[in-house]
Amino acid sequence: MCSVATKGRQETAAPSTAPAIELRGISKAFGPVQANKDISLSVARGAIHGIVGENGAGKSTLMSILYGFYKADAGEIFIGGKLTPIHGSQDAINAGIGMVHQHFKLVENFTVLENVILGAEDGQMLRPSLAKARKLLAELSDEYELSVDPDAMIENLSVGHQQRVEILKALYRQADILILDEPTGVLTPAEADHLFRILNGLKAQGKTIILITHKLREIMEITDTVSVMRRGEMTATVQTKDTSPENLAELMVGRKVLLEVEKKPATPGACVLEIENLRVVDEKGVERLKGISLAVQAGEILGIAGVSGNGQSELMEVLGGYQTATGTVRLNGRELDLTGRHSDGQSRRNSGIAHVPEDRHREGLILEFSAWENMAFGYHNDPKYNKNALLMDNAALREDTRQKMDRFDVRPPIPRLQAKNFSGGNQQKLVLAREIERNPDLLLVGQPTRGVDIGAIEFIHKRIIQLRDEGKAILLVSVELEEILSLSDRIAVMFDGRIMGERMPEDTDEKELGLLMAGMGTREAN
Amino acid sequence: MDKMPKWADVFLVPFINLLLAFFVSGLVVLAVGENPFQAIWIMIKGSLGSTAGLGYTLYYATNYIFTGLAVAVAFHARLFNIGGEGQAAMGGVGVAVVLLAFNWQHWWLALPFAIIGAGSFGAFWAAIPAYLQAKRGSHIVITTIMFNFIAAAVLGYLLNGALKNPNNQNAETVPFGPGAHLPTAHEILAPLGIQFSKSAPLNISFLLALLCAFLVFVLLWRTRLGFAIRAFGQSETAARYAGINAVKITMITMLISGALAGMLSINVVMGEQGRLIKEFVEGAGFVGIAVALMGRSHPFGIVLAAILFGMLTQGGFELLWEMPDLSKEMVLVIQALIILFTGALDNMVRMPLEKLFLRLRKEQS
Repeated sequence: MCSVATKGRQETAAPSTAPAIELRGISKAFGPVQANKDISLSVARGAIHGIVGENGAGKSTLMSILYGFYKADAGEIFIGGKLTPIHGSQDAINAGIGMVHQHFKLVENFTVLENVILGAEDGQMLRPSLAKARKLLAELSDEYELSVDPDAMIENLSVGHQQRVEILKALYRQADILILDEPTGVLTPAEADHLFRILNGLKAQGKTIILITHKLREIMEITDTVSVMRRGEMTATVQTKDTSPENLAELMVGRKVLLEVEKKPATPGACVLEIENLRVVDEKGVERLKGISLAVQAGEILGIAGVSGNGQSELMEVLGGYQTATGTVRLNGRELDLTGRHSDGQSRRNSGIAHVPEDRHREGLILEFSAWENMAFGYHNDPKYNKNALLMDNAALREDTRQKMDRFDVRPPIPRLQAKNFSGGNQQKLVLAREIERNPDLLLVGQPTRGVDIGAIEFIHKRIIQLRDEGKAILLVSVELEEILSLSDRIAVMFDGRIMGERMPEDTDEKELGLLMAGMGTREAN
Repeated sequence: MDKMPKWADVFLVPFINLLLAFFVSGLVVLAVGENPFQAIWIMIKGSLGSTAGLGYTLYYATNYIFTGLAVAVAFHARLFNIGGEGQAAMGGVGVAVVLLAFNWQHWWLALPFAIIGAGSFGAFWAAIPAYLQAKRGSHIVITTIMFNFIAAAVLGYLLNGALKNPNNQNAETVPFGPGAHLPTAHEILAPLGIQFSKSAPLNISFLLALLCAFLVFVLLWRTRLGFAIRAFGQSETAARYAGINAVKITMITMLISGALAGMLSINVVMGEQGRLIKEFVEGAGFVGIAVALMGRSHPFGIVLAAILFGMLTQGGFELLWEMPDLSKEMVLVIQALIILFTGALDNMVRMPLEKLFLRLRKEQS
């Protein structure tokens, strides 16, 4: 049960001074994993409260309890000073809580208006609800810069606009408390700034906002108070103005963390990868890459910045061998087959390309397989892992895995353990160990630190730079601008299937890159 | 961390499922006015109590091992092959063609060729749906089940036409020559001084089935092809990343699966009937699905599950004989209940048990 009311503790305080949300002693376990341990939290009305923590720290679990997706094992929830048992999302909505999920819950082929009223229709007939929503949307768009065309189809809206629809949905349901889960993950910096203006406008109207993020910069920029979670516990709640990103990072990890990456200047050598006029048309006939030309030299990291979905994935897939394309790609001067028999992952690996894919759960690993089986994944034809023409050499493979786990500090170092039982950071280390130790001429790295804890990020960045220093070419794709800026020796920005420009990291900043990522050239923007 | 210890996963869950199935079946028997304990006793005694009973039980189990393996191999590549019935029927045609083509002098000469005939015809029958799935995206569940009907029709057509025995009115081939007769359990065991029932159809195919189970184990867990099959089954996107060719894996897996299903006809057509008749598969293709489910798609589990289902089939016939009040349909109901509990309702027992084990573990730590 979520909340067992004890009569003596029933609050009678005046609601005006009561906090918008108060959690007392929330605990939740999933099997042997204690996701939330005795968490207490109080958020004042009209505040923007940030919750930071590494992946798996329990942020999402806590918010899911607040929104009624999970039932807490123990603890109480007070909304506006009143004990409010929340058994399902309908209870949460009735209590004035609105949630904007990381992955939007919108019906793609409905209009904005239809999505807003979906599940909150006033009666059997839609017309009155639609009219009411239209009026409200008009009001809100003036008030909070929340302008969206009410008759547009969701599938035709940009991600930033879709997010506004999610916020409008919550406001239509008269939410006073808005929870946003990693809201800027898919936004350009400009769109994120716009979102923050919206949130500040809502705050001025007395709405309470809870912002879950792992980006410390955003916390510093917009929140009033911030709570840090680590391993299911709330380790600190502080006033944002009294803290610093370094301090928060230390609270999150439990030790001092290097936020800056140390690296020597690059010494680029021969040209390893040359891409000319690369074009990709997907199954629906949409052109995803519109003539890309790039070059990567030995001993340098070329970072590709861009909001996700602008062609970076397709570029990686073409180079990884599982997406057909037109144009020319040369590796060490030899042209790669982009459409025919040799455009598969096996041929690419044989030609000296290793690939750390963007999505390790869907591509890089087989979660049900053990660590040692995953170590052979993509390389199971390697003679090293085979006894003879027929049988694999599982013992050699296990031994090889044990050594790699040791060198990459994978914990726990048990080759038999299934991949799904490792933490995100250790899973990523498994993939990196497999790909880096191939000693490739070209390493493709997609989102190397997505969903990886801060401690592991440090290690992963170090290994990538080490590979560069060994004279390998590295193509890095990341949606984290900070990561691009700190790792890359050269930066190319992608937008809508094109390269918008190349910059040197020391000559540029997040603002300029942000404009390029939004499809605006520097000159026009200024 | 695993949710349950392995022994609970592999043995305890199926055992509880079985108990539940027997309990509900007992209620059915009770409703008809018979004694459920007596019914169970008749089934056990009928299937294990004599060498004749045991011979039938293992004969049926042989069929179920072949079809269970066929389902399991495909299932590891996340292909749901429910066309075992049709593939087995076509395998029978293959066996008949091979055995009728020559006047075989000795069974050990005939057997390898019969295996090739059974396997290749079964594989061929699985290849068409596999191709349609791999190249055209036609769902393999739909196509394989449709191909069962086509196979039945083709078999009927051939047995009334090209392959028909001209000497009688039945839809069957002429009997195979004496040189194509597989040694039965009686013939194998008699020189060793063991008296095994002469009437039981158990034959050397049982050993062939066990060998196939072992080979499937080696294939799946010791070879590169098996690695690719399992990887493809776990995640198609990951397989794409690794450069595993989806079309190739789909085709090869289904060829193996179809060949295994086709092998059933070695046991039935070559080993027992001595000629090709019309409905010789008798639903074994479908029982294979339940066997693979209960055996958790592992060859060892499949052998055990196949023997259990063999007992059910043989025990069911005994029950019909001994308890005339139970109709044939009633025996089917009991068998279906066991399939239901062990296959479809697996999670009903598994989930509470997982929770129980988690709680136990938490209390220990």
